[in-house]
Amino acid sequence: MSVEKPVPGPQPAPDDGAEATSTPRRRRAVASLVPDGPVRASVHVCQAAGCLSLGPDVLEQMVEAVRATGATDVAVKKVGCLGLCSAGPLAEEPGSGRVFDRLGQAGGTSVDAVAGAVAGGAPSAGRDMAELLFFSRQVKVALEHCGHLDPESLEDYVAAGGYQALTKAVTSMSPDDVINEVVASGLRGRGGAGYPTGLKWRTVAKASGPDGKYVICNADEGDPGAFMDRSVLESCPQQVLEGMAIAAYAVGANRGYVYVRAEYPLAVKRLTSAIRQAEREGFLGRDIAGSRFELQVEVRIGAGAFVCGEETALIASVQGGRGTPKPRPPYPAASGLWGCPTLINNVESFANIAAIIRKGGAWLASIGTEKSKGTKVFALTGAVTNTGLIEVPMGVTLRQIVFEIGGGVAPGRRFKAVQTGGPSGGCIPEHLLDMSVDYETLGQAGSIMGSGGMIVMDDTACMVDVAKYFMDFCREESCGKCLPCRVGTQQMYRLLDRISKGEARLAHIEQLEGLAGMVRATSLCGLGQGAPSPVFSTLRYFRDEYVAHVVDRTCPAGVCRIGARTGAGSVPRSAAELVAASTRASRDAHEEGGSER
Amino acid sequence: MATTAVGTPSAPNDDKRWRQVDVRMRRLGYRPDGLIEVLHTTQEAFGYLDEEALAYISDSLGAPPSLVYGVATFYSHFQLKPQGEHTCVVCTGTACYINGAAALIEAIEKEMDLKVGETTADGKLSLLKARCLGACSMAPAVVVGDDVHGHVEPRGLIDLLEAL
Repeated sequence: MSVEKPVPGPQPAPDDGAEATSTPRRRRAVASLVPDGPVRASVHVCQAAGCLSLGPDVLEQMVEAVRATGATDVAVKKVGCLGLCSAGPLAEEPGSGRVFDRLGQAGGTSVDAVAGAVAGGAPSAGRDMAELLFFSRQVKVALEHCGHLDPESLEDYVAAGGYQALTKAVTSMSPDDVINEVVASGLRGRGGAGYPTGLKWRTVAKASGPDGKYVICNADEGDPGAFMDRSVLESCPQQVLEGMAIAAYAVGANRGYVYVRAEYPLAVKRLTSAIRQAEREGFLGRDIAGSRFELQVEVRIGAGAFVCGEETALIASVQGGRGTPKPRPPYPAASGLWGCPTLINNVESFANIAAIIRKGGAWLASIGTEKSKGTKVFALTGAVTNTGLIEVPMGVTLRQIVFEIGGGVAPGRRFKAVQTGGPSGGCIPEHLLDMSVDYETLGQAGSIMGSGGMIVMDDTACMVDVAKYFMDFCREESCGKCLPCRVGTQQMYRLLDRISKGEARLAHIEQLEGLAGMVRATSLCGLGQGAPSPVFSTLRYFRDEYVAHVVDRTCPAGVCRIGARTGAGSVPRSAAELVAASTRASRDAHEEGGSER
Repeated sequence: MATTAVGTPSAPNDDKRWRQVDVRMRRLGYRPDGLIEVLHTTQEAFGYLDEEALAYISDSLGAPPSLVYGVATFYSHFQLKPQGEHTCVVCTGTACYINGAAALIEAIEKEMDLKVGETTADGKLSLLKARCLGACSMAPAVVVGDDVHGHVEPRGLIDLLEAL
């Protein structure tokens, strides 16, 4: 077998069509409606994945409906995520700031009515965005273009000021100037850990890279319940590419990768098309913006492994191998992709960069708290009235997010907790709702900022069950390389499973705590180190629920199916099952701990 | 495996779908680091990855079979068994979970006698679960074929699947 052994590194971008391997089939491309003459009014139709799956034909219907009104000066434009996903499919009239919800859905707004209202200039239809707390409480930096621009049009992005920052950086700033500006902004990594972005850039810039350096955009958004990166890539991929290009210029890299989840076909499609357009117009590739700076960007598609969000595992995956992490140091900043200095930032971090260069680091630093500057994008979901994509200044309270922006829990239900940080985060209870949302405060409360998933839970959620859910996630996603994570997550899951079934004793809770501490302290990477967090935080704030499962053998929320006395809402069991369950319980009580697996 | 005069392995058979795989490998310069991309393309062409495909990719990229098999089994996206004519992916992300994803899986298991990761005896339907589709505001969400369905109820889902 003789196969060419090429040098590692990305090849020049392939021909059109070559990368489009994961595009959703069957969906026809629908064009926006652009009038020939001057535009009097326009309507923006959300074409992000959420609204698209609720109403795949809304854009087409809107174009037809506007045509049917006979108006020749009304534009229909497809735009990225408008944010309020629970009320989709959405449209907006940007002139009046009115939003139209549930287009074409039962009990929603009819497409014809929207077209008629916009064409006829009737301002009474729809709802005023300024009056809705969901919109008025937000401050947009990373999402500044989200919902305003056609995600597939470079022209639209440039018209809105896009690539000004990159042009400014490569033509009038030294790499050092760029890094100083990012340091001054106080921006911290938006992927979750919160490491200062400027410092990371400086480390990579100083590292010696005789074989080149790399920038990687981490779009492997693995936390369940999080879709910030997906929405940004689906809504304004050019903004992320611009941030990457500025970063590459600052650190001296000429090659870049965007590592995206396979679960996000629309994001992959729009990103791939964005790279091709940017290359064509000289914003990527050689001689960027007329300078001598070069950056080649390639997309790499993940294949469903949560651990690949960890930077060393991500690098292994980009190199085509199994996504297993490595001990750090060396950090990727010194030795990353193919042993070269590598800068890895999250999608949202890159989405902040253009605005920082355009408006100055001091501008971003004026938003937020002392140690957490700027804004944070959250995917607000769960038991809350308004779910969707939001961006808030650091330092707002959880109460403002859940009850003002989110509109609170359903009538008749009681708020119980909000979960942040995914499987490495924690649950924050009601009495802490007035705490400020920033890296430090969330950490002190036993959770983390995380990448931005925020799941609201009401009194129908059982906190033991939630902890068990996340442990199930971690034990399945553990890559198996280090023992504490591989075995520890299995054993913690077993203990949680017993507790949830009312088959445990108080000693098992102590055992769980001890094991959780060990796994946190000794695991190789963030997956294992973070896996015990949901256990710790639920034990800290909801210990009474654990005790209820163990001592009273009931699930207060009625979620867990406990054999003996059933909690409210749980499924009654037959007598035979009850006997079997109690036998199991007494047998388990005799064997301490249990063997591995 | 048969090799041509120039030393590049030839496709295992005349199936035209190998052309897609070959084109992909050529575009990636036959670099072993393009392995995941090649596996994606192969799975898209054939629906799953069998031993023959893995051996061919291993030969073509000059990557040891152990590495190719190791990568194919590491990532949950890659399927080593043929899938059913239709697939139903139930999202088990946090938002879907607390909104009843478990009840959906339970309903399918009970009413259609189909477990997660398995295919019905007639080869018609495969049941899979996803970590998170990012469709959290429509929780619980299910993907049937290429269509995402939001706010799914067990009864409605069973009706939908039985009508396939």
